[in-house]
Amino acid sequence: MTAHAFLVWALALVQALALAAAAPLLAGWIKRVKCASQNRAAPPLWQPYRDLAKLLRKEVVLAENASWLFRAAPYVVFAATLLAAAAVPVFAVDLPTAAIADVIVIAGFFALARFFTALAGLDIGTAFGGMGSAREMMVGALAEPAMLMAVFTLAMTANSTNVATVVDYVLNAGLVLRPSFLFALLALAMVAVAETGRIPVDNPATHLELTMLHEAMILEYTGRHLALIEWASQIKLAIYAVLVANLFLPWGIAQELAPAALGLGVLAVAAKLAALGAVLVVWETVLAKMRLFRVPQFLGFAFLLALLGVLTFVVLETAGVNA
Amino acid sequence: MALTLAYLAILVAAVSGLAALPFGTRRRLAQRAVFLLLAASGALAIAAGAWALGAGLEQRGEIALGLPWLHWQMRLDALSGFFYVLIGVVVLAASLYGPGYLREYERAPRPIAVLHLATGIFVAGMLLVVLADDALSFMIAWELMSVASYLLVTFEHERGANRRAGFLYLLMAHVGALAILLAFGVLAAFGGGFTFAQMAAGELTPLWATVAFAFALAGFGAKAGLVPLHAWLPEAHPVAPSHVSALMSGVMLKVAIYGFVRVTYGLIGQYYWGWGLLLLVLGAASALAGVLYAIQQNELKRLLAYSSIENVGIVFLGLGLSLIFLGTGQPVLGTLGLVAALYHAFNHALFKGLLFLGAGAVIMRTHERDLEHMGGLIRRMPVTAGLFLVGSIAISALPPFNGFVSEWLTFQTALRAPVLDGGVETAVLRSLIPLAAAALALTGALAAACFIKAYGIAFLGRPRTRHVARAREVSRGMLAGMALLAGGCLLLGVLPTPVIAALAPLTRLLLDVQLPQATASGWLWLTPVAPSVASYSAPLVAFAIALVFALGYVLFKRRAKPPRYTPAWDCGFGGLTARMQYSSTGFAMPMRRVFAPAWRIEERVETTPGPDALGRPRAIRHALHVLDWSWLKAYVPIGRLVLAAARRIGALQAGSIHTYLVYSFVTLLVLLVVQWLVGAA
Repeated sequence: MTAHAFLVWALALVQALALAAAAPLLAGWIKRVKCASQNRAAPPLWQPYRDLAKLLRKEVVLAENASWLFRAAPYVVFAATLLAAAAVPVFAVDLPTAAIADVIVIAGFFALARFFTALAGLDIGTAFGGMGSAREMMVGALAEPAMLMAVFTLAMTANSTNVATVVDYVLNAGLVLRPSFLFALLALAMVAVAETGRIPVDNPATHLELTMLHEAMILEYTGRHLALIEWASQIKLAIYAVLVANLFLPWGIAQELAPAALGLGVLAVAAKLAALGAVLVVWETVLAKMRLFRVPQFLGFAFLLALLGVLTFVVLETAGVNA
Repeated sequence: MALTLAYLAILVAAVSGLAALPFGTRRRLAQRAVFLLLAASGALAIAAGAWALGAGLEQRGEIALGLPWLHWQMRLDALSGFFYVLIGVVVLAASLYGPGYLREYERAPRPIAVLHLATGIFVAGMLLVVLADDALSFMIAWELMSVASYLLVTFEHERGANRRAGFLYLLMAHVGALAILLAFGVLAAFGGGFTFAQMAAGELTPLWATVAFAFALAGFGAKAGLVPLHAWLPEAHPVAPSHVSALMSGVMLKVAIYGFVRVTYGLIGQYYWGWGLLLLVLGAASALAGVLYAIQQNELKRLLAYSSIENVGIVFLGLGLSLIFLGTGQPVLGTLGLVAALYHAFNHALFKGLLFLGAGAVIMRTHERDLEHMGGLIRRMPVTAGLFLVGSIAISALPPFNGFVSEWLTFQTALRAPVLDGGVETAVLRSLIPLAAAALALTGALAAACFIKAYGIAFLGRPRTRHVARAREVSRGMLAGMALLAGGCLLLGVLPTPVIAALAPLTRLLLDVQLPQATASGWLWLTPVAPSVASYSAPLVAFAIALVFALGYVLFKRRAKPPRYTPAWDCGFGGLTARMQYSSTGFAMPMRRVFAPAWRIEERVETTPGPDALGRPRAIRHALHVLDWSWLKAYVPIGRLVLAAARRIGALQAGSIHTYLVYSFVTLLVLLVVQWLVGAA
């Protein structure tokens, strides 16, 4: 391995770990903006780190009939989410980890994490866990195809399913308004809201509502297990935010590996995530949580938008695309 | 040499049932001998198949059986080699599993020798189908396979439901066989003979090629369980003993796919995008219908059988993409679709075999087929639970297991749709292919929900009945059979690139195309079209997951105190019981509501009002039936039609000799008139 290759791999690793490390900061930022917009006193920006540190230190308390699967699930969830983080270009485009997993594999990682969370929900044998799992699988089953269709629109346009190649393509194509991208952007944003358990699909702030999904499944988790799951869901939110930001508005991302470009890349992605976080806050503040069986309509609409995006592309925009 | 091994595999399988005879009443020894021979047959099949596939052999032979002017032609080439390996692996696993599993049947009221004989002939029949190189021996082998498996379906014939399932199975097998025979008839008419070489040489007009294709699709599709002909499959596959269910769902469906690929790619040899479109629609419909019905099943083996329909749908979806691209002059993409379909066929053999064997282990130890009575088996049967989990992850198309690789390849093929250029029909195809991809995405997500339900209700939570709480782990041989298939699932998931490289002789044989790009970046990377278009590195993914586990272990586990165990959270009310868990029906309820039109749902709630002033009901009865539209809309009306026709024709049979004499006289007159008319003309 040459020195350059080593440097590139090291940078890719740094990028993945940086995204994982910054994910709680994004969660803290969203909470802070939300509090400010609702006239409440806000916790400090680094509160999520404190919570994670506290949970990591605390003793693990398991339900009496927890099996090995219940204990292994947090690690699988965390590993899958971390792998997804490694495959997404955050502040630099041409990194080798992006080739490990294309966008379908990223969706597969999220599905793997969901699979194990849902199984863990069923493991203890309480009604809460089962309810959470059943509902999460309903949401997931509808969200996953919508997400894939949204990214397929981009993949077909850029003639590649690798996220880095798509980002490169959008950068080089310049500022062209494509109707298919608009549909895909809307669809992906709606899916991201559902997949990361935000309002109006789920409410991350409550443990008491009967309609909760994600929190119901992980109700029995404590200590480091809970820390890993919470951290993983913060990383997942960050990944979706980065995907939306970098796929549709990639400007600022580093295309060469010079310090200045990388620095600009970091600043650009931070600014984009901060802005997206603020948008999410507005969205969550103006909307109320939906009844569970309205969620399929919400996701069905997202799926339809994504499909419209694909059809707009194949019918209107295919001229000039060749093998 | 490879062909000799292949013959030997068939011979050993065919006589394996007889090995029980010398042992008389010593049943354990007899079973060992039978399964030893069956395992030998499986190993021989793997060796012969791997040899043929690896070296790209094409060996022909002749067996002095059959008609005087047409001896049985045999041929072992890369395609038969691939399916030989597939059959061999599952047969080997089933025969490791068999001796332990059949303890269940030792005190059965039926002679177990019938089971052994039929299993041996069933396996031999499947191996012979794959080897056959003329229509006659193909049909004979096909019938051997069908009839032997009928005997296996009806093995527990004292239950009426099994007899009905067996009859339905036999009926559909023969309707299918008739269609296959007609396809061969068309091909033989143009080729001037019944050997496959003559048929392949025949020059078909596009119309007759389409007729042959339609018959082949109907015949092989019926056997493979394509929608809307699928209703027999979930009746027949689950009622056989579990190691046979594994062979039926895991292997026999693949033999049908082999037949379809052989006839379409090998014999017809013409490709039209319209055919591909038909396959695409049928495949997507089968995949979606299969998984939606699977979710609603409460019986474990029925759920697995419906999920086989889903997977056959995915295979046909891949074949449809292949035909579309071949028909529009994109041979490399057509090859990619074929490779994706065959890869998925192999994967399905592995994980469905594994899941049926796992289901058999559960049923053997709990005597329960119904998910609603299971629960908590992960603590009583930990190894079975671990292996079943591998199968569940693999079938849900999650990385880094094998199901993901083949679905990923299918997606990659579908995403090449924009290369279709020109004409109105390509615009239609360009917009329909993404719809098929959407159906595939939905199928994958629903399959995950389905197997979370199956695994979560059966293995996790708390036991719902007393005998389930007392289940024991199964014997080592049974675990070895399952572990073999689970290992295959992992291997094919982590090392996809060498597998695709090994398929090169097969695609060269059928289409004269290889996929040079797919394996160009070394064994670590899978790049089906080009590295810039799509890449996936399964070994690195598996390595990274293992790394996170190791790090987690080092960081937390080793230093931490052992966890404390307390009762689960009960909201402060106390007294959580196993009945308060989510049930299988309850888990599937959100899906039932979202996709309601997919089933005919009959749900009834009867409440008996109580005597007290609050009007609290004394008893609530809830009945839920989820019925299959295919059964209601296709099978029942056709059955009624046939019965009505039979009644009309039956009116002729009056039972009086005078009437019959009149029939003969009238027939004679009519024939004379016809003769006279013909003469006059």
